[in-house]
Amino acid sequence: MLRALWRSPAVAGPAALVERNLVIYRHTWYLLLAEVFEPVLYLLSMGVGIGALVGHVPGLGGGDPSVGYVDFVAPALLATAAMNGAMNETTFNIYGKLKMLHTYDSILATPLRIRDVALGEVAWALLRGTAVTVVFGAAVAAFGLLHSPWAVLILPGSLLIAFAFAAAGLAVVTYIRSWQDFQLVQLVMLPMFLFATTFYPLGVYARPVQIAVECLPLYQSIELVREPSLGVMNAGVGLAALYLLVFGALSMALALHRLERTLVP
Amino acid sequence: MGDESAGAGVLIEAVGLRKVHTPRGGGEATEAVAGIDFRVHRGEAFGFLGPNGAGKSTTMRMVAAVSPVSGGTLRVLGMDPKTHGPAIRARLGSVPQDDTLDTELTVRENLLVYGRYFGLPRAEIRERATQLLDFARLVDKADEQVEALSGGMRRRLTIARSLVNRPDILLLDEPTTGLDPQARHLLWERLFRLKQEGVTLLLTTHYMDEAEQLCDRLVVMDHGRIVAQGTPRGLIAGHCTREVLELRFDDQEAAAGKIRHLGDRQEKLPDRLLVYADDGEDALKAVHRTGVEPLTALVRRSGLEDVFLTLTGRTLVD
Repeated sequence: MLRALWRSPAVAGPAALVERNLVIYRHTWYLLLAEVFEPVLYLLSMGVGIGALVGHVPGLGGGDPSVGYVDFVAPALLATAAMNGAMNETTFNIYGKLKMLHTYDSILATPLRIRDVALGEVAWALLRGTAVTVVFGAAVAAFGLLHSPWAVLILPGSLLIAFAFAAAGLAVVTYIRSWQDFQLVQLVMLPMFLFATTFYPLGVYARPVQIAVECLPLYQSIELVREPSLGVMNAGVGLAALYLLVFGALSMALALHRLERTLVP
Repeated sequence: MGDESAGAGVLIEAVGLRKVHTPRGGGEATEAVAGIDFRVHRGEAFGFLGPNGAGKSTTMRMVAAVSPVSGGTLRVLGMDPKTHGPAIRARLGSVPQDDTLDTELTVRENLLVYGRYFGLPRAEIRERATQLLDFARLVDKADEQVEALSGGMRRRLTIARSLVNRPDILLLDEPTTGLDPQARHLLWERLFRLKQEGVTLLLTTHYMDEAEQLCDRLVVMDHGRIVAQGTPRGLIAGHCTREVLELRFDDQEAAAGKIRHLGDRQEKLPDRLLVYADDGEDALKAVHRTGVEPLTALVRRSGLEDVFLTLTGRTLVD
């Protein structure tokens, strides 16, 4: 039954695309390590370095004094790693395949359809985003920064984050006209990374700013993994999951619509 | 599904086929294919001959079930590309004008991965890939990156890749454009072998010699329309004399006036004058009798280039 599902065109099509990327990745797997390296550096400089100055973040972990600044920052960096891992794949790499390599022209001459290509690329980006998170998550756990059994929710959480941003990246890439346009993407991504409560709690903002920050997909992603890893389970986690699911689904629909326009001659 | 309902052995049938390109954000729509009819039978090598922009490649993309049809009807393998695109593409091989090989993969990986897009089992693709590498004479390049291949090798790999699903029809868009003569001849020989094995070939070209070498039947296209069709021999016989006398002069205008009465028909090109006659040597003698002295004179058999010139008043390759 599972075998039949695996062989149905709806699954086999996207799976063939994932397989293509896996074949390439066999040659370039070390790039994964480079992607893990970045959040580890942030964790060391911000978490450990600045953490030594900050000590405890008030109101964290139900007032548990063993929860320090580094414990607060680590889950946010994890969410960011999942985001970047997935989005780099569907923006930079897919731009190259769309505009430079024309990879999809030959793929679309086979039984595969545009939606197979889109789903396959998002599935692959999701795998990559998750792989980065798992390796980084293992590093975080090794530092002893996970405080609750709820931390197992980090894995499905990062899958969801990777899906949402992979789909968003796929929608974004259809609007990109040249490599210069990636600067505009950075213009959104960098401030979001800095201000979406990555390094300090939402409470530092005035209420109107808080609302704006709460609308950011990265804020919701951080909520999704930070709360469980600190052992705080509340409605906010469910809401964050719902937000990312809807955000990802809408992005996917937009990406499909745009790809139909771009790829059909 | 999949029945050749249009008649025994008809694999492709187009009636009034049209393609209109509407530019995004306004602008005038252009009709790339302006209502064409043709039929391709099983085992045939069928060609589209015409200059750049004649609508050949656009027609190919519609047959390949990649580009949607704007008007008229098209049946490929008895199916409608609009509703059965994936089922049609599963049984086609497609060699586009520009090689779209996966440059991130090695030569063999290109075949292995492409086969997976057709849902073929890995073991079967592996076996097939070995045969195809042999067919494309790329066995010793199997583990190289695509970048390391010459233009001719790339084209052969693209053809090998298009055969991975054992297609009923192989579509080739300008298969030898940009290749050196040696690479072209090797490719023709490979394509001829495929034809002998019973693969139906559909190809576009703006090379006369290619059309004459490979095609059983062809249509001549210009400005999105079919201006003539038939066998290469039949087209030449129907639209031309047997031979052509090519003359170059110092002063073409003056000379042309004096020999206007010679041959069945004449065609003035910027650099030479063509005199169509069943016996070129006779025509040349007649030229000498008028006292006109050409710089060079060449008698040759007429070809498809002449057919195109006769039909449109223009040469194929500018």
